Amino acid sequence: MKLTFRKVLIITIFAIAIVYLLPTFYPDLWPYKTIKRGLDLQGGMHLVLEVQVEKAIETTIDTTIHEIKNELRDNNLKHLGLTRTTGNKIQIILEGDDNINGFNDIISDKFNNLKVVSTTPLEKKSEIVLMLSAEESKEIKKLATEQALETIRNRIDEFGVSEPEIRIQGTQRILIKLPGVQDPERAKALIGKTAQLTFQLVDEDNNVQIAIQKERAPVGDVIMYEEREDKATKAITKIPYLIKKRILLDGSRLTDARVEFDRFGQPQVGIAFDRKGARRFEKITGENLKKRLAIVLDQKVYSAPVIQSRISGGKATITGNFSLNDARDLAIALRAGSLPAPVKIIEERTVGPTLGADSIRMGLISMMAGGIFVVLFMLIYYKKAGLIADFALISNIILIGGGLAAFQATLTLPGIAGIILTIGMAVDANVIIFERIREELRSGKTPMAAMNSGFEKATLTILDANVTTLIAAIVLFQFGSGAVRGFAVTLSLGIFASLFTALIVSKAIFDFILENKKVIKLSI
Amino acid sequence: MQFIKHDINLDFIGKRKIGFCFSFAIILIGMISLVMHNGPKLGIDFAGGTNIRVQFSKEIPISKIRQGFTAIGFEKASVQKVGKDSEHEFQISTAKPEMTNKGFSQSISDALESATGEIPVIRQIDMVGPQVGKDLRKNALLAIFYSLLFITIYISGRFELKWILSGITAGALMTAIYFLSALNVSMPVIIPIALLISLILFWFLKLNYAMSAIIALIHDIVITIGIFSILDYEFSLPIIAALLTIIGYSLNDTIIVFDRIRENIASDKNRPLSEIINRSINETLSRTILTSLTTLIVLFALFFLGGEIIHNFTFAMIVGVLIGTYSSIFVASPIILMSKKGE
Repeated sequence: MKLTFRKVLIITIFAIAIVYLLPTFYPDLWPYKTIKRGLDLQGGMHLVLEVQVEKAIETTIDTTIHEIKNELRDNNLKHLGLTRTTGNKIQIILEGDDNINGFNDIISDKFNNLKVVSTTPLEKKSEIVLMLSAEESKEIKKLATEQALETIRNRIDEFGVSEPEIRIQGTQRILIKLPGVQDPERAKALIGKTAQLTFQLVDEDNNVQIAIQKERAPVGDVIMYEEREDKATKAITKIPYLIKKRILLDGSRLTDARVEFDRFGQPQVGIAFDRKGARRFEKITGENLKKRLAIVLDQKVYSAPVIQSRISGGKATITGNFSLNDARDLAIALRAGSLPAPVKIIEERTVGPTLGADSIRMGLISMMAGGIFVVLFMLIYYKKAGLIADFALISNIILIGGGLAAFQATLTLPGIAGIILTIGMAVDANVIIFERIREELRSGKTPMAAMNSGFEKATLTILDANVTTLIAAIVLFQFGSGAVRGFAVTLSLGIFASLFTALIVSKAIFDFILENKKVIKLSI
Repeated sequence: MQFIKHDINLDFIGKRKIGFCFSFAIILIGMISLVMHNGPKLGIDFAGGTNIRVQFSKEIPISKIRQGFTAIGFEKASVQKVGKDSEHEFQISTAKPEMTNKGFSQSISDALESATGEIPVIRQIDMVGPQVGKDLRKNALLAIFYSLLFITIYISGRFELKWILSGITAGALMTAIYFLSALNVSMPVIIPIALLISLILFWFLKLNYAMSAIIALIHDIVITIGIFSILDYEFSLPIIAALLTIIGYSLNDTIIVFDRIRENIASDKNRPLSEIINRSINETLSRTILTSLTTLIVLFALFFLGGEIIHNFTFAMIVGVLIGTYSSIFVASPIILMSKKGE
């Protein structure tokens, strides 16, 4: 037996495929990764979030307004109203040339991210409307999405999911894949939590009930609620508060957050501020003795204790009716930082682990059944040549499996369907060749000549037929997502594998048989 | 062993009118069904909505489940029993998206428990927001269009050596699609028009093989969509994957016949074209039927044993393989004859 290049190639490729494939069945054999199963097979959660970037713009506008007010005050300039209007614009009304010119100087000096939309003179006054430049808002949106991604990644890392996939999709969407996540509800709540922690004073001079009746809070205030759950009945009561809009301190100054327990064993979250935050917290508590300070998280009041004394050291606790998991997740969210803008779940696909296991089982059963039928059929129809086709078919499956493991492609349920389909199509190439050989034999050629010219004539046809399926598979990969991509991958791998097995492996076996024996009649 | 005798000579070309009538009738019935159903029935992947799969440990009447969902605001949910009888599994679909916020699966569990007295296992939740559905719809149509377009370039190049001509044509079409979609013209409008323009272009540029192949492919897709509509099956992402595979697969058959036609034209210039085409079909008939048979064997295995999740996917593939085999004989080849005669 001669050791030709072709034989070496075939043996090498099979050896590689088997090396990659074996760990999937015997994980301890050698340390290589197993075939990656998609979420639909192993269970897990696929989420697409949309970052509400408009909110980030709104926040920026609010901070800018605050800064402009400070600048105006520092320069002794007066204004008759400075507000955020719809469409995220800033509107200011000024009176007198001094004020107008002074304002314009400040804007051009210190706020070059703003551009003047319109200046409307109103008798002695002037109304100026400003907005963020297009590049600036684009930048803010981009930053908000990136920051949200970072924050969510940190949260998921702390939550503990193995091999999560988190990436930006398009401009303001975030794709999250959490394979094998045990408690999808909890993961979702943690990811979606904005975790905007603020400390704001309670307005105790006005009556909250009147504000609710009027459906309007007094100027500088906002109505917020605290939710209390009755442990026994699970009924939720909402307690309203009038909260002063001014934010005294927020979560950006946190250095740590962890679960603690009060003396009744009830979980709570202990937080610690950095030095600047601690100083400010001390100042706030010192200046507002006997007043109520509300701890607000995502526009909900968690508690509003009365400040009993000046608090130094920069530590505080957030109490509420937390379960242990709630408290733990809140601590994670606070540690990882707040989202720059709220996120909305716009696509979710959650598969329970039992369904995934069922899918694998049924997929394998159909693969076995279909495979056995095809193998038997080929054997009966083409006799010994059918055996060669069957060998090619089994090699084909080994190569696809090896390919999946080697490229770390994800195997999904449609992917299994793709492999099963390949079983049907893989014999196609052999059928084309065999039919050609039969034709050549009928025209009176010797077995060797018939085989050679059969392969020769069939090769181009087989290539043409497979390239078109490959085109469809590539387009599918480009436009598809998730499970459908898995199908495109196995289909493409199947095409390459079947080209290789039909044109090279089958040919080698035929050559081997014909060169070793003086074959007078082909069993085909 | 052989099913088809090697010297078989059936008169396919002579009976092409019967084939055309048959195709026309099926397409017409499908179209009528599509009109009556107000277009294809889109699953949540494309229309947006929520799908939930729950499993109970014992038999539960569907009405109880519906009652449970009505209690949490899913009045219009469709409840369907899926899988084997012994599995007590149900699928609930609703057009209402964005309901999967915190506590969603808990509220479903609670509602179903109070309605049925059994604690359900939530096996799967699929939620697609309307915007995502719209994007997926657009991508699916683009995928179908692009795969058709790329395949035509390949066929024109390989069969008529008109790589550049077909490349330029396809390039122009792609640019047009790109700009139109940038202008937010609706995809379901653009794609059919683009396909029609492609066909007219192929006709004028005399890209006969590509045109015949494309007509056969559109024929296959339209019939499959029609059959789905008649049976009131939903379109989902995997179904689009199946359609694209059908495109590739059906072309497989077509190309093998075309290959033989080209070979026979080269070797036997004196015989009339209709005879050559008919002979080519007959020569490849054995292979065509065998391959379809082996593919159908595995597809049926998947259909009966693969479970309910890929049931529709497999069904689309089975229909596609049958129609694809039929169309390469009765649609693609006769059209080659007609277009060549037209020259």
